[in-house]
Amino acid sequence: MAGPMRIRAASNGTETEVKILMSHDMETGQRKDASGALVPAHHITELTATHNGRVVLAAQFGPAVSKNPYLQFKFAGGAKGDKVNVSWVDNKGDKRTDEVVVA
Amino acid sequence: MNTQRRKVLKSGSAAGLFGLLVAAGLITTQQAQAAGWDKPAFEAKAMDEALKALGAGKPADSKDIQISGPDIAENGAVVPVGVKSALADTEFIAILIEKNPSMLAASFTLPAGTMADVSTRVKMGQTSNVFALVKAGGSFYMVSKEIKVTLGGCGG
Repeated sequence: MAGPMRIRAASNGTETEVKILMSHDMETGQRKDASGALVPAHHITELTATHNGRVVLAAQFGPAVSKNPYLQFKFAGGAKGDKVNVSWVDNKGDKRTDEVVVA
Repeated sequence: MNTQRRKVLKSGSAAGLFGLLVAAGLITTQQAQAAGWDKPAFEAKAMDEALKALGAGKPADSKDIQISGPDIAENGAVVPVGVKSALADTEFIAILIEKNPSMLAASFTLPAGTMADVSTRVKMGQTSNVFALVKAGGSFYMVSKEIKVTLGGCGG
């Protein structure tokens, strides 16, 4: 199973900046292993970020997103102590959800 | 022994198990998530195909969209790319890489209140144009930036 995400959410009073570092191999399906066999694709397909339960970002990833994906975005509002929740699911059905408190 | 009867019983129990999985929500949730991912767009090999799958048609050029990224990326496996749009009502951003096996790298749906300013990191197999496709106020716009890659990101 995938490791936890590292999420930071910082509010400057009017907007909140969210930085997410996921832990995932993001295998493209193009790479060959030592024996020459193709390594099957294994990558995150969808990611959803919510702020106090409201969706603030919905992303879809292809295999071209780098290993251990990084994502940064901003949304209006958000105060210290609010909760930002991020969850992803990959093409094999693995999923992960983590939550962070806005600083 | 009646083998036909055995077979019928076996297939019957298999169907029962499938029904049980559906009832438990194990299968339906996975299928629901797979349906959300825009597979035709992500598997498109050519620009026209990808734009069509995204419903973009022929996007217009725009000066209000900025792609941030290096001019030369030393490591194609990790190329930081950011897209910023100053267009009003930007609701969708996609990053496409012309010379990758599949062009679409990532797409972002931005609800009202989310800034049109996203950054991520992508893999690039070789020097290529990187496109930012933006949907704002119902219309599509697209800009490009060339990023040179000295070491490809697909060799592992």
